[in-house]
Amino acid sequence: MMQVSFVVNGKNQTLSAAPMKRLLDVLREDLNLTGTKEGCGEGECGACAVIMDGLLVLSCMVPLCQIQGKSITTIEGLGDDANLHPLQHAFQENGGAQCGMCTPGMILAALYYLNNPDEAEDLREALAGNQCRCTGYTRIFKSVEAVGRNEFRSR
Amino acid sequence: PEDIPGKNGVTLIDSEQPFLVYREIQHLAEPIALIAHADRELLEKALYQIEVDVDELPAVFTMDAALERNDIFKSYLIEGDNVSDNWLDADVIIEETYGTGAQEHLYIEPQAVIATAIPGESVTIWGSMQCPFYVQKAVAPLFNLPRERIRVVQTETGGGFGGKEEYPNLIAGHAALLAWKSGRPVKMIYGRREDMWATTKRHPSRTHIKAGFKRDGTLVALDIDLVLDGGAYPTLSSVVLSRATLHAWGPYRCNCTRIRSRVVKTNSVPHGAFRGFGAPQAIFAIEMHMNRAAEALGMDPAEIRRRNFLRKGDRMPTGQVVKDELDLGCLMDRALELSNYRHKRSQYEQANRDRGQKRKGIGLSVFFHGSGFTGGGEVHLASEISLRLTEQGGVEVLAANVEYGQGTNTVFAQIVAEACKISPDLVRIHQPDTATVPDSGPTVASRTTMIVGKLIERAALELRHRLNKPEDFRSAASQYLRQHGTLVVSVRYEPPPDIYWDETTYRGDAYAAYSWSCDVAEVEVDLTDYGARVTNFVSTVECGRVLNPALAAAQIEGGIAQGIGFALYEDVVLERGAMKNNQFTNYIIPTTADTPDIHVEFVEFPYNNPGPYAAKGIGEMPIDGPAPAIASAVAHALGGRFINEVPLLPERIMRNIELGSDPLLDQSFGADPELRK
Repeated sequence: MMQVSFVVNGKNQTLSAAPMKRLLDVLREDLNLTGTKEGCGEGECGACAVIMDGLLVLSCMVPLCQIQGKSITTIEGLGDDANLHPLQHAFQENGGAQCGMCTPGMILAALYYLNNPDEAEDLREALAGNQCRCTGYTRIFKSVEAVGRNEFRSR
Repeated sequence: PEDIPGKNGVTLIDSEQPFLVYREIQHLAEPIALIAHADRELLEKALYQIEVDVDELPAVFTMDAALERNDIFKSYLIEGDNVSDNWLDADVIIEETYGTGAQEHLYIEPQAVIATAIPGESVTIWGSMQCPFYVQKAVAPLFNLPRERIRVVQTETGGGFGGKEEYPNLIAGHAALLAWKSGRPVKMIYGRREDMWATTKRHPSRTHIKAGFKRDGTLVALDIDLVLDGGAYPTLSSVVLSRATLHAWGPYRCNCTRIRSRVVKTNSVPHGAFRGFGAPQAIFAIEMHMNRAAEALGMDPAEIRRRNFLRKGDRMPTGQVVKDELDLGCLMDRALELSNYRHKRSQYEQANRDRGQKRKGIGLSVFFHGSGFTGGGEVHLASEISLRLTEQGGVEVLAANVEYGQGTNTVFAQIVAEACKISPDLVRIHQPDTATVPDSGPTVASRTTMIVGKLIERAALELRHRLNKPEDFRSAASQYLRQHGTLVVSVRYEPPPDIYWDETTYRGDAYAAYSWSCDVAEVEVDLTDYGARVTNFVSTVECGRVLNPALAAAQIEGGIAQGIGFALYEDVVLERGAMKNNQFTNYIIPTTADTPDIHVEFVEFPYNNPGPYAAKGIGEMPIDGPAPAIASAVAHALGGRFINEVPLLPERIMRNIELGSDPLLDQSFGADPELRK
């Protein structure tokens, strides 16, 4: 067992768990933040993406022993039902989500791209690590582009 | 077996598939024993302590071997009005074989259920599923309990595409058996590898087509022999085969048609329901064959289709008469116009003559999809829904059809709102739960909007009528509830008039309604690595009245992306009948980088459709057309090479170019007039 302290969505957390326990499981099981989803468990599908110290990471690939002192943002840290984040609002308005399993990771990847536009050639490349099986991506692009155009700065 | 209180068979159409295999293991992913523990790490350790002694028996892994053994689950034969004579009228006879591979659903959320049990009394199951009443029907005999003692609740479902039609029956039974024995709640969530290894896939297919044409492109005779690999148990294969058979002729007129179809038993993991349900396999074959004929006759692929399109009054091979003002030419022309097909076709041919490394091509497909269950299926289902007034003066919908991203809840709310003239905000959708909602049938077969939506429309109109068609529904509803306490209206499915189907002869109206579509795909093939990429995609769709254009288009876009995967990337490698590449890492689905801009446009013909407000089904059709459209575009890019198989992986394209054929399929090439009878 290993004790770590870290910040999730602005809140300090300290817990003890096995050093190789996945951040994904820490979030879902220990902190009850089930917005972060598991799709593949091997860093391919992007459903479990979260932002850690400003970087987009796949929480199924991050062991507990690497999160000491880190600051993590999950989908729950972006907004809630009453107060949606502009990206959440845009996904809702533009049909960017269908079954919803890829949506949290997709929104965090989109947020990362909007904050770091130079890191990818375009939106297509920026979201290529997040797989969606429902939408064909068309409406995901529309959703993110709408925020890029400042249509959803409602917050 | 001693731990199984009732019948060890998953009741679906039959109950041949056991929950736990006890004598002869039929496929590599077959469940043998169940093990549960509160500590997941210990559970994993325990799993490695189990050893199973098996004697290996000979196994069958190919359709050919199964056919040789005559191991056939189901076969159909449909013969048109005039089976033999027309061959004499053909100027050219073209004969080819086409193949499609297995496809994995790859819903982003794996299979997952939770079960509790009171031994001897009852079982409750919560889970990710499309058909709660299927689960109830499958699990009740396992515990030797009446169905009402099995409560099944659908929880939020992260995608299904058919993969959560019948498979949840099995895993629900497993979780319930563990709960029954342990006396504790049991949660079973498949890991991705386990999910891809053990769950159903789209049936691999092989279709042989022989077709006779006049020189002007008129189709005069058609003989189709379609084979599907059903895997180790019958599951839904007979119904999948039925739909494949009833879509095999495509949207073309031909009174001399013979279709023979068989689904064979192999020792592969059972193949099952997957969006399209047999139709994509059959449509791939007929559409590629139309292209082959166009080439042999020196016609444009669009024009040979136009010459043969079904029109009002034509009879399909089952004898079903097209009753609608069908104008497929208009549907196709709009797609050609939107995609600038003609200009691009010649432009790309011109450009490809420069023999660059990147070749471009454009191709099309035209197709239909029957909405709802085949033939008398809906009559057997006899679906029922209820509407109930709520305390807020709104309406609650009680139905078994699930929301899994496709928009069931939104469309149901819209239908009620429209019929009752209230705001959709006042409509509530009850969670599908066998204890509280009537059985409105499974969420499959593009039936939810058309069939169940119609029931909801009928009930909603009745509800409004019972309130004396009030101006202010809300206050009238509140007043009614104050006086009478409650108001529930239930309606049951009634088949549309003048629809007739004979299950024994396979003659009559196979579907109450058909949706129609034309796809145009553009591709670029890079001769450096033989990779093909879709660069643009246009789809025109006729599905009656579109109730929610955004949701309908979203369904189509998603289906097209899945179809792009089916056409180019998704290769289920079966090794000894089980998926070898059972990971996201090596089973490739389209990402944002592989999916082009998709343009969907609805074309509406003024039909008297059976659905609510004249809507028809849309969920499955979009996966029918992309594979042939994309494969034709690849063929076009490669200067008219013959392509007869998907997925078109780079190695297949390379082999096609370098060897001129694909040794995987036994085929005859070219339009050989000698084949004329």
